[in-house]
Amino acid sequence: MLRLIARRVLLSIPLLVAVTAITFFLQSLIPGDPARSLLGGSATQEQLDALRQTLHLDQPVLIQYRDYLAGVLHGDLGRSIFTGEDVGQTLANRLPVSLSLIIGGTVVALLIGILLGVLSATRGRAVARFVDVFSLVGGALPNFWVGLILASFFAVTLLLLPATGYVPFEFSPSLWASSLILPVAALSLSGIATIAKVVRDGISTAMTQDFIRTLRAAGVPRRVLIWRHALRNSAVSLVTVVGVIFVASLSGTILVENVFVLPGLGSLAVTATSRQDIPVIQGVALAFTIVTIVVNLLVDVSYGLLNPKVRTR
Amino acid sequence: MTVTQIVDTRVRGGRLGTNALAIVALAFVVLVAIAVALAPVISPYGYNDQDLARFLEWPSADHLLGTDSLGRDILTRLLWGGQPTLLGVLVAVLTFVVVGVLLGIVAGTLGGWVDALISGIADILMSLPGVVLIFAVLAIFDQDLTPAMITLGFLGSGSLVRVVRATVLGVRGELFVSAAIVSGLGSVRLMARHILPAVVGPVVIQASLFAGAALAVQSGLGFLGLGVHPPLPTWGSMVGEAAANLAKAPWLLVVSGGIITLVSLALALIGDGLRDVDAARRRSDRGRAPIAARTSRADGGTPPEPSDAVLRVQDLEISFGDSPPVAVVRGVSFEVQPGEILGLVGESGSGKTVTTLATLGLLPGNAAITAGRILIGQDDVTELDDRGFAGIRGRRTGLISQEPMVALDPLFTVGSQLLEVLKYASDVPASQRRARAMQLLSLVHLPDPEAVMRRFPHELSGGMAQRVVIATALAGDPELLIADEPTTALDVTVQAGILDLLRELRRERGLAVLFVTHDLAVVADICDRVIVMEKGVIVESGLVDDLFADPREPYTRELIASTPRLVDGR
Repeated sequence: MLRLIARRVLLSIPLLVAVTAITFFLQSLIPGDPARSLLGGSATQEQLDALRQTLHLDQPVLIQYRDYLAGVLHGDLGRSIFTGEDVGQTLANRLPVSLSLIIGGTVVALLIGILLGVLSATRGRAVARFVDVFSLVGGALPNFWVGLILASFFAVTLLLLPATGYVPFEFSPSLWASSLILPVAALSLSGIATIAKVVRDGISTAMTQDFIRTLRAAGVPRRVLIWRHALRNSAVSLVTVVGVIFVASLSGTILVENVFVLPGLGSLAVTATSRQDIPVIQGVALAFTIVTIVVNLLVDVSYGLLNPKVRTR
Repeated sequence: MTVTQIVDTRVRGGRLGTNALAIVALAFVVLVAIAVALAPVISPYGYNDQDLARFLEWPSADHLLGTDSLGRDILTRLLWGGQPTLLGVLVAVLTFVVVGVLLGIVAGTLGGWVDALISGIADILMSLPGVVLIFAVLAIFDQDLTPAMITLGFLGSGSLVRVVRATVLGVRGELFVSAAIVSGLGSVRLMARHILPAVVGPVVIQASLFAGAALAVQSGLGFLGLGVHPPLPTWGSMVGEAAANLAKAPWLLVVSGGIITLVSLALALIGDGLRDVDAARRRSDRGRAPIAARTSRADGGTPPEPSDAVLRVQDLEISFGDSPPVAVVRGVSFEVQPGEILGLVGESGSGKTVTTLATLGLLPGNAAITAGRILIGQDDVTELDDRGFAGIRGRRTGLISQEPMVALDPLFTVGSQLLEVLKYASDVPASQRRARAMQLLSLVHLPDPEAVMRRFPHELSGGMAQRVVIATALAGDPELLIADEPTTALDVTVQAGILDLLRELRRERGLAVLFVTHDLAVVADICDRVIVMEKGVIVESGLVDDLFADPREPYTRELIASTPRLVDGR
């Protein structure tokens, strides 16, 4: 178990190096003088010098990278070119918004997906067919479009929920929740479909296993076999796919946050991109990578917890 | 018509069904692509022709899909907007295919450290949060979409590298046993002749699925206003424009998002259709998997004759498949009396296991009882469903199966499985179930029941696991135990222990056992009577001693002769 975790942590090092290296060396691809092209023609010499120092442009590129990495390891992610705010601090402020959205979306996808999956494994062809169509369409619908449709229906037409904006949990849990309902719904749609399929296949496979036959022959009712044994035995593939959905939600949240004007990492990424605010983009990329690594680590740990052969060792 | 033929037509029929949809989807995508390419020729207006008198109009003869907030024709803008959108997707897909195929083939053919390096890169690509890196690229290249879409293709190619590599390894594996390598085909010709054709299928599937993902990213970027060069729209930027007029003209949202949804739906359908064709081809290479629905039985229900027998099987016929079903068991009748051990012998495929599964209502979904009936005590169980079996399984019949190591749920302890069975199959009150479970474990002679309760199945030996399975089967205090090859997977000494246990249970609890096996030595050891099955019918039956002394059927004689322990030992 510990070796499993250690292995995953070690493997995450090249990943972090790759992300920081990609985002860092890309800036040296900016044609001409990066500082001038970022700040435009009207910039003063002081501004240019300041930016060169922020981006470590005044040194050879490998030294620049080393300095940048050293800064990152000390929690110094630089400052925004535009607002001058500390990137680390900005990320810390916005992370909770994105995480509530992504965790909410994943949990909703998990609950509804499991329910649909079990139903389609047990209730015959009509439900199975519905899940097939639902997962096909759910996978094809762009989440920002779904978000807009939900907003136009529930917020603009029915006036039930806020169309945009975010209320922090500390301020009012109920307003926090209602500001998240529509974004979470938009974000969870494709995940529901994926999970339903995985659960259905997992249960169908598990139900053909010998131990299910033993328990069935010993008088254990079908609903217990499905909800307790078949579902538990498909948990490994379920956990895998939840990890994948969580990581995919990182991308999805960029669009959904912009539809609902939520102050998370996704909307930060978009503003930073349109302003060419390189240190902020580098910071967001790093934050996303770390979240990805943590999720993959949790997935690995839960493999261990789910498998008694690993757990009892 | 054989089962194989039935299955073939079914598979082909299914393939055609999916294919029809995939072909429609393909036609749609091609049509959209052609229309978009011809936008300058076929558009009714210019993409920036404004008519401020007619803004946000619903569809009309002049404007087939209505107008936007500046009075521009929506259809025209969809056609023009398709150009940067689909071009972006094309760039991403081309990068995806070129990188994926090249790296995959190189890794698969060269192997060694090159393979390890490329596989490592593919793993890293697959665990990167891709989209945010595309934002970084957009920022650095000042919102130029081409490098961003190349990046997208590159980041996505990790999965294709894996698929191609696996395919190449598979082909190489086959080639090694075939003559191609022996005859010294050069590696370039080898690649061209064998590897490329094999790779094409998976690559096309992956590419069409990836195209859907690329379309989602491209239109998402357009929606955010990134990489858009107004007034030339993209499909995504048109959704963004529609969002600004959400309250006044919801129609705009339907059209702009609709085209994106339809195209990505079509791409998914193409991918699914191709995958089905591919899967069907592989299946037909390997063999068949029959599918069937339950057919209704022919005979009506005459009330059963009263009898002491714990199990009566009468004229049983079991069939696989449908239209027409193929009977694998025909006219099988036998009885098991209380306290009797009845052997059911035959080679694999003789129908003995199917017969026993039928008595417990555990036939696989593609098999059904098509004639005859099965009585447990006085109850006809022939047409019972799971609910109907509730008072029977566990309480009146128990099952012991062939592979004890897979007969217990690996994720639950012995104790929790025993307690669960006691909960549903016995009337033991909750407070006494634990004590009863341990009592059952002692009954099957497992030392230290307390410790065994806490163990997981993987911590048991085969013999112990089989004893636990027997304890599970006994939990509901049944009068009949059905043992399907219970000793086949065990060592000879362990085997003898299990047989002793069954004999003891029969002696002390009056348990009847239907003992299914192909091993005549075991039959001679434990059974009172024996039934011999061959190709789905009973060919001979009688008391064990009579049958071994004077086998009438040549098949029985063969079986006896092929059991060396029997010939030598008795």
